[in-house]
Amino acid sequence: MAVCVAVIAKENYPLYIRSIPTENELKFHYMVHTSLDVVDEKISAMGKALVDQRELYLGLLYPTEDYKVYPSHQLCRYGYVTNSKVKFVMVVDSSNTALRDNEIRSMFRKLHNSYTDVMCNPFYNPGDRIHSRAFDSMVTSMMIQVC
Amino acid sequence: MADAALFEFLHTEMVAELWAHHSDPGPGGQKMSLSVLEGMGFRVGQALGESPPGPTASAWPKRLSLPPPPPPRLPQETLAFREELDVLKFLCKDLWVAVFQKQMDSLRTNHQGTYVLQDNSFPLLIRMAAGLQYLEEAPKFLAFTCGLLRGALSTLGIKSLVTASVASLPTCKFQVVIQKT
Repeated sequence: MAVCVAVIAKENYPLYIRSIPTENELKFHYMVHTSLDVVDEKISAMGKALVDQRELYLGLLYPTEDYKVYPSHQLCRYGYVTNSKVKFVMVVDSSNTALRDNEIRSMFRKLHNSYTDVMCNPFYNPGDRIHSRAFDSMVTSMMIQVC
Repeated sequence: MADAALFEFLHTEMVAELWAHHSDPGPGGQKMSLSVLEGMGFRVGQALGESPPGPTASAWPKRLSLPPPPPPRLPQETLAFREELDVLKFLCKDLWVAVFQKQMDSLRTNHQGTYVLQDNSFPLLIRMAAGLQYLEEAPKFLAFTCGLLRGALSTLGIKSLVTASVASLPTCKFQVVIQKT
């Protein structure tokens, strides 16, 4: 399902980033970074229009030439912004199953709930990297089907 | 449902504890305690500012068979705020209901970045007195709430300065001044 999950703070630095095929981690970091531009563009385009809080968009279908391990995977990137301008970016592998919109939305909702739990933890300082094991296990459950 | 009483007791004890160790009863020591309280409120406000979809406050009484409810979640319909006034309205309605089980009674603004939120029966003061008795003691019980408002505003992207004033218990006013950078 999800191949990479990232939580980006308001100031555009990562609070949490994790990807499944660990040998290509840098590539995922780069993908998430480039998605941020698209996210920012969407946020500023919202402007005065009345839009739903959940911003869901289909990212670029990433070219697969340099993806050595799984040659025919198509990676889609989805974004989600909270009211506090914290962004969640998820890279999903859409070649085996076509993930429906609802499933992506529910994954983001779970992420958002877990993120709120992390925020409510008094031992967590906003702006730090997220080290919560509960958050880790929730993300693992979303990524576990891959490979 | 019991959360409200627990929070009130905890808050009362927090204020009492911070004032008990006052070796310096002058304005310097007092300011320290007020800042500590305000800081605590700020952190709580930051956490409350995150608003995932969740059960609304009014849904809780119906679900008596469930385990204790999670930390107050704000209603599902909190959309992306288009302007400051929307954020303030959110504070007055949803945040106040989530923390104090009632809405703020009035919100006034001068449209230039200053908002006055008035609560006619503030839950943290209502147990103390009704009138002018204990007027000098009241400000310490408002510091935490000022921090709460400031924290929630800061997660929603607004830098502000929040002060509180009491004319007669239990009515109190919170003045929010938006800092333009």
